[in-house]
Amino acid sequence: MIKILFFAALRERLDCEQYLLSCDGKMLQVADVLQQLQSRCQNWQQELSRTDLLCAVNQHLVPLTASVQDGDELAFFPPVTGG
Amino acid sequence: MSIFVAVQSDDFCVASEYDELRRHSACGAVVTFSGLVRELSDNTLHSMTLEHYPGMTEQALIAIAQQAQSRWQLGAVHIIHRVGTLKPNEQIVFVGIASAHRAAAFAACEFIMDYLKNRAPFWKKEHTASGDYWVGAKASDQQALARWE
Repeated sequence: MIKILFFAALRERLDCEQYLLSCDGKMLQVADVLQQLQSRCQNWQQELSRTDLLCAVNQHLVPLTASVQDGDELAFFPPVTGG
Repeated sequence: MSIFVAVQSDDFCVASEYDELRRHSACGAVVTFSGLVRELSDNTLHSMTLEHYPGMTEQALIAIAQQAQSRWQLGAVHIIHRVGTLKPNEQIVFVGIASAHRAAAFAACEFIMDYLKNRAPFWKKEHTASGDYWVGAKASDQQALARWE
């Protein structure tokens, strides 16, 4: 399973904190996972199509071309605003 | 060089951090920065909630401190960032640098804040008289990174 986490405004708009996705032992691109999530409903389609969306695999920022597989932690979130 | 990073809900004491930083051997300069919760221009901010990504946040702050260490000769770097709900004027973030000379300490402090604002997974939500709003990222924060690249 891939553990998918959502944070901040994105978590609220999706009304989802954590989502589990099985990829049957296959290596996927983050963009493929994103596409699967977008196909869930219109709201997810809209929110997960935002161009400023950031993503992290195993707690490191990565581009959408990065690979993910079972056991990985994938996170999506809006631009950061700390400090 | 020593690196100290903390993500905490408790407040921090600038004087204690400064005392610890100035103890480093060969330290000739200490630069500290504190960021506070700023009141809105119309004085309607009740409080602000800071959310983060536990685990990634600490790693990101350590990585930023290490990047600073690779660019300047530093004795010690302390980064403290608070999470949870904070009132106007409360302290949010502390960056303290000890080094042999002031130029490295000033530069590293600015570098760390610029990277923290763009790379560390924190998000602010303002609670105001008219409702709750997530704070949007500022283009000026992103532009500030350009000078280090």
